[in-house]
Amino acid sequence: MPQTALKIKDHIDLFNDPEYLEIFKRKREQFEDMPDAEEVAKQADYINTMEYREKNFAREALVINPAKACQPVGAAYCAAGFEGTLAFTHGSLGCAAYFRSHLSRHFKEPSAMVCSAMTEDAAVFGGLNNMVEGLANAYALYKPKMIAVHTSCIAEVIGDDLNSFIIQSRDKGSIPTDFPVAYAHTPSFVGSHIVGYDNMMKSILSNFWEGKDRKAGNGVNIIGGFDGYGVANAREIKDIIAAMGADATLLSDVSDIYDTPADGSYRMYDGGTPLEAVTKALDAKATISLQEWCSGKTLDFAKDKGQEVASFNYPMGLGATDDFLMKLSALTGKAIPESIAKDRGRLVDAIEDSLSWIHGKSFSIYGDPDFVYGMTRFILELGGEPAHLLSTNGGNDWEEKMKALLASSPFGASGQVWKGKDLWHMRSLLATEPSDYLIGSSYGKYLEKDTGVPLIRIGFPIFDRHHHHRFPTMFYKGGLRVLVTILDKIFDTIDEKTKVTGISYDLTR
Amino acid sequence: MDGMNPDVKAERKALIEEVLSAYPEKTAKKRARHLNVYDEGKPDCGVKSNIKSAPGVMTIRGCAYAGSKGVVFGPLKDMVHISHGPVGCGQYSWSQRRNYYTGTTGVDTFVTMQITSDFQERDIVFGGDKKLEKVIDEIHAMFPLNKGVSIQSECPVGLIGDDIEAVAKKKAKEHGKLVVPVRCEGFRGVSQSLGHHIANDAVRDWMLGKGKSKEFETTPYDVVVIGDYNIGGDAWASRILLEDMGLRVIGLWSGDATLAEIERGNKGKLNLIHCYRSMNYICRHMEEQYNIPWMEYNFFGPTQIAKSLRAIAEKFDDKIKAGAERVIAKYQPLADAVLAKYKPRLQGRKAMLYVGGLRPRHVADAYGDLGIDIIGTGYEFAHSDDYQRTAHYIKDATLVYDDVTDYELEKFIDKMRPDLVGSGIKEKYSTQKMGVPFRQLHSWDYSGPYHGYDGFAVFARDMDMAINSPVWALNKAPWKAA
Repeated sequence: MPQTALKIKDHIDLFNDPEYLEIFKRKREQFEDMPDAEEVAKQADYINTMEYREKNFAREALVINPAKACQPVGAAYCAAGFEGTLAFTHGSLGCAAYFRSHLSRHFKEPSAMVCSAMTEDAAVFGGLNNMVEGLANAYALYKPKMIAVHTSCIAEVIGDDLNSFIIQSRDKGSIPTDFPVAYAHTPSFVGSHIVGYDNMMKSILSNFWEGKDRKAGNGVNIIGGFDGYGVANAREIKDIIAAMGADATLLSDVSDIYDTPADGSYRMYDGGTPLEAVTKALDAKATISLQEWCSGKTLDFAKDKGQEVASFNYPMGLGATDDFLMKLSALTGKAIPESIAKDRGRLVDAIEDSLSWIHGKSFSIYGDPDFVYGMTRFILELGGEPAHLLSTNGGNDWEEKMKALLASSPFGASGQVWKGKDLWHMRSLLATEPSDYLIGSSYGKYLEKDTGVPLIRIGFPIFDRHHHHRFPTMFYKGGLRVLVTILDKIFDTIDEKTKVTGISYDLTR
Repeated sequence: MDGMNPDVKAERKALIEEVLSAYPEKTAKKRARHLNVYDEGKPDCGVKSNIKSAPGVMTIRGCAYAGSKGVVFGPLKDMVHISHGPVGCGQYSWSQRRNYYTGTTGVDTFVTMQITSDFQERDIVFGGDKKLEKVIDEIHAMFPLNKGVSIQSECPVGLIGDDIEAVAKKKAKEHGKLVVPVRCEGFRGVSQSLGHHIANDAVRDWMLGKGKSKEFETTPYDVVVIGDYNIGGDAWASRILLEDMGLRVIGLWSGDATLAEIERGNKGKLNLIHCYRSMNYICRHMEEQYNIPWMEYNFFGPTQIAKSLRAIAEKFDDKIKAGAERVIAKYQPLADAVLAKYKPRLQGRKAMLYVGGLRPRHVADAYGDLGIDIIGTGYEFAHSDDYQRTAHYIKDATLVYDDVTDYELEKFIDKMRPDLVGSGIKEKYSTQKMGVPFRQLHSWDYSGPYHGYDGFAVFARDMDMAINSPVWALNKAPWKAA
């Protein structure tokens, strides 16, 4: 009997016990009717071959282990960063349950969201009644300052008109006539969560900006984009703004809502960009985005309103942060203070101290297009060599820009860009042309298991490690954190390898 | 047993009234029927169930797709399950149920993979059948050792008029392998529950009694275990007991299951059902069609385990009866040692539960074994027969909440201040912020198994670590305390 009260074994140890191994064996032999071991071994070898890779890349319809989510979850994330804002899914009830779970599993935080609970009758008659009743209930129960409506598949397929539904809901008294309700159509069969973020950001700005006159001022708006490290990166950007004394506003600030304290009370809302600041943001001189592919429509909208616009690609490390800071300085007319220059110097110092461990190592990277771009640029600065660079939700413009980035550095020579591919493609790439390391979300743990390429967990979602989102990845300080994360994995991998013989198992490195 | 102090009952009834007062009138009226304080001796819990959720209230429920792909089909390991439609549903449910299995993933088993047709706008406009055909062809090219494919429909499929049944038939013929179409679009029904039913029907129509099952040689001791999804290894910690008492588990649905185990589901002498809510339909079908009796059992906590082992043995001969007694005698010292260790630390504590369709009653006696009282319980997607089955598990004055809303649950927890809440990921963090210990009772909070004697030890350890962690005494800053 494997179990004792003294030292209780859970699933991690229990099922390695001979008694259980015997059960697995007996079940397999007598009841499972699985293919025989030889056949399995043959196929297991085959899926690591170049021939299989070619078949794999010939796929036209089947998607296996994609690294992207759907629009509404991005819209909900965006909405969560505004003061007192409740995300509202107009669609079937399972959708909101999934979005909430997904965000909670990454942030280890509550994720409030309501839905209009559309069912078969709504599919036939439309979801107007669901909206009317849903807005009334949500407003009465959860007392939000704004409701941000996004859609899921059912509402989009049957063609529900959010604008008209919300107007009718106001007429029927569900919510006060002047209560802010932003709304964005976010079909899950178009784009991915980064497009949903963009759509919701644009809809919230429209809600506060449309019909108002812009009095051009000197302020700058900053959009963070969908970011698994949004908590800490928002704090970084606010620190930078404060250090520069710049007149700048972060639009969608999730630093509080996805990092609330445990002190005896549950805060359904916490922090966020004040709604008053959203209104004022119309007068800003410029709107800049930290993630180009999270904000295309929003920046077009800001431009139409007469603002200057600029976008970056997940600024991490030296060059990208330099570019961002100089742009912010130029737009706000504020100098970059010595404290920030010192942060820069500290990152340079850290890179110099550690360069010998990263230089010449190859790194495959996957994730959202801006993240892969920013991460690749930083790897190039570290003297690492980007290998397979894959973005399931990256498009043609991303591919082009990635290739230009690789061409800009001798370290980029062996980089290959894979747009629109999934992690089963990545599996073939790593099996046939392995890199030294892999950088990406928790989904990569299956790649690490199958191909032996060590996974450095940076990306979204991170489900199987805790609290990473509380530390930044952007700018100089985020670069430092990312550097340490990479180095830790490299040193752990070397220790793993060398502890077998003890040779090279060094105390000091 | 004497009834609970009438003051407690009155207090809890007042709490329900207080909670309802926050709703608009129409919704308050609807919600009132789902909340009750249990009166001992009543045959059910006095709440309405399996009714459409009100919009805008933050229901905790999921959808039919979650019930079919997430619960019933997902764990079935040697088939490839297509999340048919846009990318999200498959993405959010990818590897989240912790249905353990043995096998070589991507070669002969496929449980922890996200396989999707990733609908784009053109698929909505022109229909998805052509794409589905290609998806199935490509699955066979990528995973030639698969035993079949299931099509798990997401919302758009049923709205755009696709004929997945025709595709299934065509492709099954072409490839000589099973293709099961499942109409589990998320807008069907009011919760996960209809998805379970639809999945059961798909098993009945496309799988049961088919394949090589006809050649299977049976014995008088064959049982099929139904409704154990092997979360954290539950099914294995159950199987070990059944085999030890002399039974032959010829199929186990659907945790760690293969297609062969599903197909021969009608070959047992007795069907043993753990999760009644999600798979009673197929048991009833087998009873009508094949005269196979079925019985519910409960492998949570030593009291219920021993009771269940004896009840199962009653259906067999003396050899099995003796086997059951031998198993109970073998494990009772473990159970006693676990209780000796943890009961003194947990005695008199109070817990509130809110889970899916089985556990809000099934785990009650396991808590009872540890000396923990259940003061509130409720289900996401139970039906009236579940609430009837709940009545004998719960005590007088237990607060019962069906399809509870986030608002209600937060208020109930805040006012009743239990020592532990057992619910899901969406409830975990808000509860802990309130300073109340929490365990996820869907995924076992990344622990398990909780079934069987081996599992009970883990269950006891986990409840103790949640309740008796030193952190709960530290959540107030000392200069703010008092």
